[in-house]
Amino acid sequence: MSDFNSPYWSYYIGAVVVLGLFACMFLLWKMSKSNGQPIDPGENGHVWDEDLREQNNPLPLWWVGLFVITTVFSAIYLLLYPGLGSFKGTLNWSSSQEHAQDMQANLDSIAPLYAKFDALSIQDMAKDPQAISIGSNLFLNNCAQCHASDGKGSKGFPNLTDSDWLHGGSPDKIQETITLGRVGLMPPMAQAVGTASDIDNLANYVLSLSSSPHDAAKAKKGQEKFAVCAACHGARGQGIQAIGSANLSDQIWLHGAGQVAIENMIMNGKVNQMPAQKGRLSDSQIRVLSAYIWRLSNKAPS
Amino acid sequence: MQVTTPSNLLYISAPKIYPRTVQGVFANLRWGFVGLTQLIFYGLPWIEWAHRPAVLFNLEARRFYLFPLVLYPQDFIYLTALLVICALSLFLFTALAGRVWCGFACPQTVYSEIFMLVERWIEGNRPQRIKLDRSKLNLEVMSKKLCKHFIWALIALWTGLTFVGYFVPIDILVRHVVTLNLVGWSLFWVLFYAFATYGNAGFMREQVCKYMCPYARFQSAMFDADTLVVGYDTKRGEPRGHRSKHISTEVLHDETGLGHCIDCQLCVHVCPTGIDIREGLQYECIGCGACADVCNEVMKKMSYPIHLIKFSSQHAIDHNWGLGKQVRRIFRTRVLIYTALLLSLCFFVAYQLAHRSTFRVDIVRDRNTLSRLVEAQDHKMILENVYRFQIMNSQESTQHYEVSSHGLDQLEIETPKLIEIEAAKSKWTVLRVAIPASQTAPGSHKIWLDVRCLDDNRVVSEQTVFIVPSL
Repeated sequence: MSDFNSPYWSYYIGAVVVLGLFACMFLLWKMSKSNGQPIDPGENGHVWDEDLREQNNPLPLWWVGLFVITTVFSAIYLLLYPGLGSFKGTLNWSSSQEHAQDMQANLDSIAPLYAKFDALSIQDMAKDPQAISIGSNLFLNNCAQCHASDGKGSKGFPNLTDSDWLHGGSPDKIQETITLGRVGLMPPMAQAVGTASDIDNLANYVLSLSSSPHDAAKAKKGQEKFAVCAACHGARGQGIQAIGSANLSDQIWLHGAGQVAIENMIMNGKVNQMPAQKGRLSDSQIRVLSAYIWRLSNKAPS
Repeated sequence: MQVTTPSNLLYISAPKIYPRTVQGVFANLRWGFVGLTQLIFYGLPWIEWAHRPAVLFNLEARRFYLFPLVLYPQDFIYLTALLVICALSLFLFTALAGRVWCGFACPQTVYSEIFMLVERWIEGNRPQRIKLDRSKLNLEVMSKKLCKHFIWALIALWTGLTFVGYFVPIDILVRHVVTLNLVGWSLFWVLFYAFATYGNAGFMREQVCKYMCPYARFQSAMFDADTLVVGYDTKRGEPRGHRSKHISTEVLHDETGLGHCIDCQLCVHVCPTGIDIREGLQYECIGCGACADVCNEVMKKMSYPIHLIKFSSQHAIDHNWGLGKQVRRIFRTRVLIYTALLLSLCFFVAYQLAHRSTFRVDIVRDRNTLSRLVEAQDHKMILENVYRFQIMNSQESTQHYEVSSHGLDQLEIETPKLIEIEAAKSKWTVLRVAIPASQTAPGSHKIWLDVRCLDDNRVVSEQTVFIVPSL
């Protein structure tokens, strides 16, 4: 009931519920007899269209019993479970608690399956068909939404099947990335670089690093401006995995290739996030998943 | 039955009905149906088919086994069709012969009949049962009642166990019962259905038909004046009254002013719903024919012609139609329509089942990445779309599948060459489809995934779309 500041509404709703139950029972008791007028046996005295008589066919008593049972059931339910205003019920049940219990029960039930994988290294797991089959399911259910079903990603979402890794492609690094997530940060550099033509020159220099089509004269002018980039991307723009900076000397452009995309990146920067899976997946699941992902770039899919 | 309590009560406790034992054609027919339906119900879960239960609705694994068939939730339409066929059969039988389902084959009637048989064995016939209920509680009454409820409970529990046996293999269930390991939902549903059987067949009986059954209430929509109903021949029977057994039928009316009904009340005593059929067709009548059986016996004893109470149509009774005329009236519009609907649906379902593929294919596009421009190895630009597809093997052996695709020029796919799927299992596989860039107009283009089962050469083509972005 955190939506309300005062407990008034809690009491109000509780009162409505309790009164409602009593009103049902009162109605049932009050309506057990017709209103006392003398009536013919089997008829209740209503006549329509000259001779159409309404009969009194009393309901069987067990039917009334059902009404009483539902009311008693409601009363017991309201005592045990939340329902009366903000009263939590004597069982102290909550849906989030039940969800947590079910999750734990599920983890317990799959634990024996994962136990034998825990004994294997990630590289060895990558050779185990069962681990790969489970890893594939985990990937399709948890990773494919961004990285695509085949793991090749798309603009903004890294390709996991190639040899280019922002934070490192060793099994341990992959496991670390999945467990803790990553934040990729490219700050906006427009002010540090200078005018529009400086940015134009710098972009051409960046293109030249990967031998992409560029204007050589502009690139030469832009070279000195690259000093501010080199702090993160390295002197030759090869990227530094320890800080997750991109390699600018290859043909892989996560956020788009070509001069326009590069200029935009220099001017506006980018924050890209890989969410942490710790808490969503168990450590054992993450290890199996790491094996599957490591295998994507270390062995041609059969 | 007209309630004649001169009171203004709106609820009354329903009077207990003590139906008298009855013998005759319809009683035998009913016992025949009791035997047949229960043989099927209790027997089916025990039948094996290729090392598995022949009929098993495995909800947890989401597979439904029906003799040679393995159905997926995607095949539910077949089970729905089965239900529709059952409903249409009910319509047809009701239009032809009234509430024969209610009177002879409905589980409510069948279990009431079985429970009443037990009751009769232990407590005796109608008079003894009434006497027993009115007598003071003593050892004999107690032991008889205990004995009856014990046997009822056993039958009910076995019924509950059998019912759950359609969802969990029954040999496992029975093993769990024997080793006292039956827990959880299986235990709950066994007890639930046992309780329902015990309550409905032991106590509620005709109350179920009168107040709970929805089918009983809308059956009147299928009735017409040619439908068979249990009818009392008023013209022949009335005026009713007691008489000496020795007056012959020829002079009966002239000498006593009476009709053929001797007013013995037996038709009322045998009625499981406690009505008097001589008051005409009533909504309580379940068409069991008990009154017709017992009246025929009385008519024979009196040496009167039988069939004072009989299965006949309103028209036949009113106009004294013979059998030929009644049979001709079977071919009326309502019956013909129900028959045509039922037959065409049966043939349709049978055809569909016979031509059903041994596997299904379901294809799902990746949602995040609609289309991808990628540089291929030879520096050509290609467009890629990514899909996953699921092959559902509905055969009970491991099968191998091969995938190809068509629908666009120079379309190439990348997916495992050979997909192996175990018996009655399904599997998701990733599929990458590529075409050369800037060859196809932007937009979504239909393509087909052709999955061929290598073991039986069947092909299933599933349509999807290939998206070409405007570059």
